[in-house]
Amino acid sequence: MHAAVVVFPGSNCDRDLAVAFEAAGAKVSMVWHKDTKLPDGVDIVGVPGGFSFGDYLRCGAIAANSPICNEVKAHADRGGYAIGICNGFQVLAETGVLPGALLRNAGLKYICKTVGLNVVTSQCAYTEGYSVGDVIDIPIAHHDGNYFADDETIARLQGEDRVAFTYTDNPNGAKGDIAGILSANKRVLGMMPHPERAADAGHGGTDGQALFRALSGVLTPA
Amino acid sequence: MKARVHVMLKNGVLDPQGEAVRHALGAMGFDGVNGVRQGKVIELDLADGTTEATVNEMCEKLLSNMVIESYTVEMS
Repeated sequence: MHAAVVVFPGSNCDRDLAVAFEAAGAKVSMVWHKDTKLPDGVDIVGVPGGFSFGDYLRCGAIAANSPICNEVKAHADRGGYAIGICNGFQVLAETGVLPGALLRNAGLKYICKTVGLNVVTSQCAYTEGYSVGDVIDIPIAHHDGNYFADDETIARLQGEDRVAFTYTDNPNGAKGDIAGILSANKRVLGMMPHPERAADAGHGGTDGQALFRALSGVLTPA
Repeated sequence: MKARVHVMLKNGVLDPQGEAVRHALGAMGFDGVNGVRQGKVIELDLADGTTEATVNEMCEKLLSNMVIESYTVEMS
């Protein structure tokens, strides 16, 4: 598995994400936001958490219009895999690769804590290592994680088995308790919680490890 | 020439910041504030001849997120 991790000014989970990919056996290339091309042979693009461009205008809006994001979008349009975590989810939503938007948390506060997630589908490369109904403990750290889409879009996501994770106890007001969603081809995942922060015993939890290991299984040529 | 862009959350999209402002006004003794919606104003200093259509395109591509926001443009 060859993973590219995109770095914007203000990204702060890029190295954590690279370490999680590497621990799952991936070769990792870091890609700068001004780059106009992804490295050859990239199987998956990781859009990391952080505060790209200082969250100016809207979280992820400026990053979504950076040169590398045109390539990330083209990669996703070609059927490539991509995962956006936290700010990365906001970026992928702003590019239109994933539907909906992330609003300010309903309680207006920045929330940093470990939350329970229900695994809603195991029918995608990211969640194959879990079973539907599993509850996993993954940290969140965001101010704008309140997932919003119109009712029709929410119904479509639910109907097409594209909700990957829901919160067991909704911390931010997200519609349908949604914590993570998939693209129509289920190859792009956006999620507010941070699996890369629960991927090593030293993190205090390893429930995120299965996500990266499952990817490695799918994306490694047999 | 200048353009002033107003960006507001669409009706039906919860505006927790506006709600917090409404509560604060009530707590300060201002009665009768039935609702508060908070948005943004963006002022653009533009080259002469820039059309409103171009500003609309800026709004749709960057300045607002059409999933959750609406915008209005005033050219002057």
